[in-house]
Amino acid sequence: MPRDIPVPTINRSFVQAALEKGHRLDGRRPLERRRLLIQFPDPEETSVSGLGRVEVSLGKTKVLARVSAELTNPRSDRPFEGLLSITSEIGPLAGEAFHGEGRTTEEEVILTRLLEKAIRRSEAVDREALCVVAGEKVWHIKLHIHFLSSDGNLIDAGCLAGMTALRHFRRPEVERLDRDDGMAAIWKVYPTDERAPVPLSIHHTPLCVTFAYLEGNLLLLDPTSQESQIASGTLTLTLNAQRELCVLSKAGGNPLGVEELMKVVTLGVDVVREMTSEMESALKADEAVRIVDVR
Amino acid sequence: MASSSRVEILNEGGLRVDGRRPYELRSVSMTFSPQAHADGSATMQQGLTTVTVSVFGPREPRSRANAIHDRANLVVEVGVAGWSQPGVGQRNRGDKRLTEVGATIRQTFEPVIMSHLYPRSEISIYVQVLGSDGGILPTAINATTLALIDAGVAMTDYITSLSVGLHLTQPLLDLSSPEESDIPYLVVASLPGTGKVTLATLETRIHVDRFEEMLAVGVEGCKILKAEMEGEVKKRTGTMVERMKLNALPDRAGGMKDSDRDILMT
Repeated sequence: MPRDIPVPTINRSFVQAALEKGHRLDGRRPLERRRLLIQFPDPEETSVSGLGRVEVSLGKTKVLARVSAELTNPRSDRPFEGLLSITSEIGPLAGEAFHGEGRTTEEEVILTRLLEKAIRRSEAVDREALCVVAGEKVWHIKLHIHFLSSDGNLIDAGCLAGMTALRHFRRPEVERLDRDDGMAAIWKVYPTDERAPVPLSIHHTPLCVTFAYLEGNLLLLDPTSQESQIASGTLTLTLNAQRELCVLSKAGGNPLGVEELMKVVTLGVDVVREMTSEMESALKADEAVRIVDVR
Repeated sequence: MASSSRVEILNEGGLRVDGRRPYELRSVSMTFSPQAHADGSATMQQGLTTVTVSVFGPREPRSRANAIHDRANLVVEVGVAGWSQPGVGQRNRGDKRLTEVGATIRQTFEPVIMSHLYPRSEISIYVQVLGSDGGILPTAINATTLALIDAGVAMTDYITSLSVGLHLTQPLLDLSSPEESDIPYLVVASLPGTGKVTLATLETRIHVDRFEEMLAVGVEGCKILKAEMEGEVKKRTGTMVERMKLNALPDRAGGMKDSDRDILMT
């Protein structure tokens, strides 16, 4: 099984020594994020078809998220709810540690589970609003997250891309046409040039923030691949702008006192607020240039 | 996931579904070395949740590729017995949720096991859930601590773990299954000696301001649990030392008769 090449001791001690003086290899301060870039497809070429597609890069980490919708039958135990499924894909394209064949590695499983918990279990999307006719037809929203390039902190980039795509996406309008001859009703999905598509109803926007711990209780925000290999552990928080903690996962790394942990959580609140506003301004900028309906 | 919102989490008298008070833990019982073939093993029962953990090692890694030159490699595998919970069939080894639980246990114990004492070796931890009534992860962590102690693996401290729920503004300790499916909760594992937290996982939405209180209560609860566990460990060690003494005395006096041994070994 191919693994990431272990960081040589000489590099490790250099990075560690630099961090103790408050410097990181890419020139950031310990609690500084990498530059976040949110790109939507060209609005001129893809006015409506580009909805729900977004590419997010965080330094050299790059993620593509794509949302699609399909009409299906609801689950029998939950007739009023639509479905949301999240699939994440990470292959050799992202980095040599991800070989793409055979068994999925533990790291990939944890990544998928975290995304699932952050977006699905926190009820970010109003699933009842995806219901068309109770017990008969609901929307199945599919979120695909493709990791294109990996330089650490896949989870933050993945979650941000996923949430941005869900907020960018619009599903087509649908109507039930009953037939006089007693045959089963037809479900008419209107093409986007006939009726304007509608955005999803989103309860809140959870975003992930990852910190890495290094020896000597050094705390780093948004670790690169090398930094997370050196780190003794990482801590991922999922928060929303309403100061609610949706997912917290700290396992491994130096044991922390309660106050230290709370300090990280308060730091995370501010970081998420910044990230949310960056995301919202990107969405707003795209909305201004993308022509979805003509009145 | 079955939703059972008909359950009254806290009744007017301030009692929970199973009659406990908010900060009351379920009764615990511990058994050491239930598995004869393992280097160390323990069964931990918290309420109706039962978990058995076997520890093998430190031993030679089964695959040379897994050896780490300066410390021991920790391997954790989790299994859930088919009869342990209703509705769920046998979970197989590839299950995502079980892989995650295994990884969580491994990461929790890595900083506490003094693995630098066992370079190029492997410590395997096999977790088997025999009965599940909420709090599989905390009980598994507690059982792992006991099994590691039973195996004589060097650790800097105990790790004890508990789940902490929140009902309105009232934190509840050590949730049972019906509570777990109804209210947001957090799993804390801490080193009771220093009160530091090695593991904190939360999967449901909670306001940041409530979080601190829950964490503090959880850490406090972990200390209580440690006292309980330490008592059992000391009792167990006491009987072992006693037996060793009894066995050793006749030896020094020039061997022991077979008839003596029969009585002593009971």
